Amino acid sequence: MAFFGLFSKEKKERLDQGLEKSRQSVFSKISRALVGKSKVDDEVLDELEEILITSDVGVDTTLRIIERIEQRVSKDKYTSTSELNKVLREEIVALLEESNTEDGGFNIPDSPDPYVIMVVGVNGVGKTTTIGKLAHQFKQAGKSVVLGASDTFRAAAVDQLKIWSERVGVPIVTQGMGADPASVAFDTLASSKAKGTDVVIIDTAGRLHNKVNLMNELEKIRNVMQKVIPNAPHEVLLVLDASTGQNAMEQAKQFTKVTEVTAMALTKLDGTAKGGVVIGISDQLKIPVKYIGVGEQINDLQAFNRSEFVDSLFKDQD
Amino acid sequence: MFDNLQDKLERSFKVLKGHGQITEINVAETMKEVRRSLLDADVNFKIAKQFTESLKEKALGQDVLNSLSPGQLLVKITHDELAELMGGEKADFNIQGNPATILMAGLQGSGKTTHSAKLANFLKNKKGKNPLLVACDVYRPAAIDQLHVLGEQLGIEVYSERENKNPVEIAKNSIAHARSNGFNVVIVDTAGRLAIDKDMMDEIANIKKTISPQETLFVVDSMTGQDAVNTAKEFNERLDFEGVILTKLDGDTRGGAALSIKAVVQKPIKFIGTGEKMEALDEFYPSRMADRILGMGDVVSLVERAQEQFDEKEARKLQKKIAKDQFNFNDFLSQIQQIKKMGSIKDLAGMIPGMGKAMKNVDIDDDAFKGIEAIIHSMTPDERESPHIINGSRKKRIAKGSGTDVQEVNRLIKQFGETRKMMKLMSNKGNMMKMMSQMGGMPKMR
Repeated sequence: MAFFGLFSKEKKERLDQGLEKSRQSVFSKISRALVGKSKVDDEVLDELEEILITSDVGVDTTLRIIERIEQRVSKDKYTSTSELNKVLREEIVALLEESNTEDGGFNIPDSPDPYVIMVVGVNGVGKTTTIGKLAHQFKQAGKSVVLGASDTFRAAAVDQLKIWSERVGVPIVTQGMGADPASVAFDTLASSKAKGTDVVIIDTAGRLHNKVNLMNELEKIRNVMQKVIPNAPHEVLLVLDASTGQNAMEQAKQFTKVTEVTAMALTKLDGTAKGGVVIGISDQLKIPVKYIGVGEQINDLQAFNRSEFVDSLFKDQD
Repeated sequence: MFDNLQDKLERSFKVLKGHGQITEINVAETMKEVRRSLLDADVNFKIAKQFTESLKEKALGQDVLNSLSPGQLLVKITHDELAELMGGEKADFNIQGNPATILMAGLQGSGKTTHSAKLANFLKNKKGKNPLLVACDVYRPAAIDQLHVLGEQLGIEVYSERENKNPVEIAKNSIAHARSNGFNVVIVDTAGRLAIDKDMMDEIANIKKTISPQETLFVVDSMTGQDAVNTAKEFNERLDFEGVILTKLDGDTRGGAALSIKAVVQKPIKFIGTGEKMEALDEFYPSRMADRILGMGDVVSLVERAQEQFDEKEARKLQKKIAKDQFNFNDFLSQIQQIKKMGSIKDLAGMIPGMGKAMKNVDIDDDAFKGIEAIIHSMTPDERESPHIINGSRKKRIAKGSGTDVQEVNRLIKQFGETRKMMKLMSNKGNMMKMMSQMGGMPKMR
């Protein structure tokens, strides 16, 4: 697995490319806002507020960042605008640090039982695609992987995962469409356990977090898995679409309530000006971001590394 | 988030209370809250700013209706402005043509395939059309299968070419297929694409050029954040789409993206997706969306309901009576009936900002007024006009007539006296809402 320090140069380029839009349309604005200014004044802070809010950082987190910068500016009266970038960067890194204790993706321990990852999220965020990419990464790292097709609801979801399993070259357990998702999960875990598989990834149907029955179904899947492996799932990965606005907070809250989300993957970061949503979510939810999706190719899923990420956002101004 | 907003609004209402006109000073705090609530709902930053500024212009100097507080009036103005911004003229949906073609476009995961099928189902069942679905998403694994499965469920044919990787050709061939097989509407599902992906945008522009659709619909997830504006703009520049389908509105998103898109590209929202079922496709109502974005639609409907039920002349008469201490049981009864007309008491109470939370767990019996009405109905016209003539023997008769006992009659008369006193105090301000909420609270005291 790619852990800290293993961020290859090629990967970094890919991240830079993927985040290009974020950088150009969001943080390069800061430089523009500062043209002709020598001191951080209210106008500069207003500009900063606009930049942060338009990048989906969210009102609360934006106000928090502004407040912290205001404090630093008042303590240290002559903060120049050239220092603002540095200060802002430090504040953002600090916010990310609060919830991301360690960089890198999932750490798969040596254990006789499979390490079970259940993937959840609302409709259309990219769960199945993320699973395909994740399976590829584990396989590259020399792990044996089995996929469980527990999205038995959405038309052709099973087929979609099947195509990924062929593409990656890992086995898949299915019972077809309309089957009981908990039963599929049970089968997947039972057969993986018997075979001594390293990692099991369970796909689930997209569900809006305010649908009580569907949310309860997740709990059921969880309970049934524990009949096979007592502490499964080891990880519940919540997939969020990076272009989602403030509803992302609600999603994370509600999913956490029923399934104890342990990590988040942020998808579609290549197409959005909203790298900022990572910051808001980290601040408000205290759930670590483990992966980010920056493209449609099989390699376009990366273990999240906060300093690389922030570097990437600020690259233009360095 | 929601409770939070209501609390804040209530606080800003307090600031506004007692002012007869909306002024620069009393409007500032409320505008701040409105702007904040728009941002929380994902309305684009610039649009939220423009909107609150033009709103302030509109609101300044407006006289506050007797029955409303300035804060409530502001909310109503806000709501009306929002609805106006999103509504405009009613959007036509053009399905004339032989065949009529509809092109679906949007980002990944916005719900194009599902809504292609929903739309086909809508046209088949509600408009009596014979639609053909076309699978032009040749990239996402199993996207073609997905459309086939949905088509089968709905009994609608799906056209696909599994070996062909060129969506422009597939779209073109599908039109010929529709013509020779008697389909009169063709719905073309396409792959999700990013607005910044030049090749993919060229591709869909080519599809559009080739089939010249009657309707190109931009499918957008209602949970989209600040970037909705940019995406919509870029898609519109390339495709000049006719309208928007807003999906996943069955979630709890406030859907501010809808406003942003409308404001930036000036294209109507034509349909909304409201659930996983194939029937869950609705036409768009600007007013409901305004409620949702504000997250305070309840206040709006309360105000509207109060306005509906409230006859200004009657109110003035009543106020005079109260001032002269002539408020009697007839007036009391008609007040109760007015409140009852507005809806259930619990609903009404819940609509008042701040009350909602307090009332959540209180069970109010809607029959609470029944006993009071029975007692009043058992009074003679004279007794209703001049409550002071009610003596011991009259009380006994009233109790018997209403199936209650003398204590209850006493209690009502006492409450009536208190209400009368309170009303007299309040009549100076003429705050009808306050009066009604007081009266609504009465049966609880029993």
